[in-house]
Amino acid sequence: MSETSSVTVHAPGLAHHFDSYEQQKETSLLGMWLFLVQEVMFFGGLFVTYVYYRSLYPHAFNVGARELDVLWGTVNTGVLLLSSFTMVVAVMGAKHGSRGGLLAGLWGTIGFGLLFLGIKYVEYSSKWEHQLVPGLNFDWHGEAARGIEIFFSLYFGMTGMHALHMVVGIAIMFFMLRPAARGKWTPENHNFVEGFGLYWHFVDIVWIFLFPFLYLIGLASE
Amino acid sequence: MSEHSSSLMPYVLVLVGLLALTALTVLVALVDFGHPWSDAVALAIALSKASLVVLFFMHVKGSTPLIKLAAAGGFFWMLIFFAFILSDVLERTTLVPGWEP
Repeated sequence: MSETSSVTVHAPGLAHHFDSYEQQKETSLLGMWLFLVQEVMFFGGLFVTYVYYRSLYPHAFNVGARELDVLWGTVNTGVLLLSSFTMVVAVMGAKHGSRGGLLAGLWGTIGFGLLFLGIKYVEYSSKWEHQLVPGLNFDWHGEAARGIEIFFSLYFGMTGMHALHMVVGIAIMFFMLRPAARGKWTPENHNFVEGFGLYWHFVDIVWIFLFPFLYLIGLASE
Repeated sequence: MSEHSSSLMPYVLVLVGLLALTALTVLVALVDFGHPWSDAVALAIALSKASLVVLFFMHVKGSTPLIKLAAAGGFFWMLIFFAFILSDVLERTTLVPGWEP
């Protein structure tokens, strides 16, 4: 801010209502973090629901969890962690003015994201064939049936909501490819890329908790 | 915001750590520690992985105090949420004799 000049020439990539790139960046990232805290509340509700029903039906949840494919779940955890790493590559590319790095990171993240969703599709198909989809074709008889149906309701609700976040993220990344190639994001202002990276890492964290809660519990019990 | 090195090496190490913890959580899931220890171990590993992502991939380590406050606030809110819900759920059967879902 200059008090002497009558005509203000803004620095490239710096909005007029900010004093500095640092202030602009912190404002942008704080906004993203507040959005993510709201997301924590949203997914927190789902996780608390899970904990509540698991405390009511511990045995049925163990039986239900053993119907899931631990191998696919483990592979998908690795795929998602790799996608987080490629997202780091994208942000670092933008930060250092490397369009190649940014584009490679975005394509890598899109690729691993789509691979994750593909594996999820294989898993969902298998659940459909085994008639484990509550509300559509759930067919399980026996004393634990009600608890197992609740487990699968939560399984589809939580992994479905997680997958929806990934679909949205992948769509946004496709829209980021063109501006990335044209050099829209600079070392001074690549706040959009960094904010999107925070979103993608958050979605990764949700899965980090979903994986043991849904796939691993009850593997060794009974 | 603090300056980060241009090297990807630290992030590669974090990735390797995350993959190793994933393998660890699957392996220990095959061992029955009994209730509630199996859950506690799985939760501890998940929290470790989440911490690595938050601190390094999301750059909270080295960020401004305001960003740290926002991130810590989200975590603290989650603690309150679970503590109050569980204080009800885990005590319910003793408070209401014969209560069943």
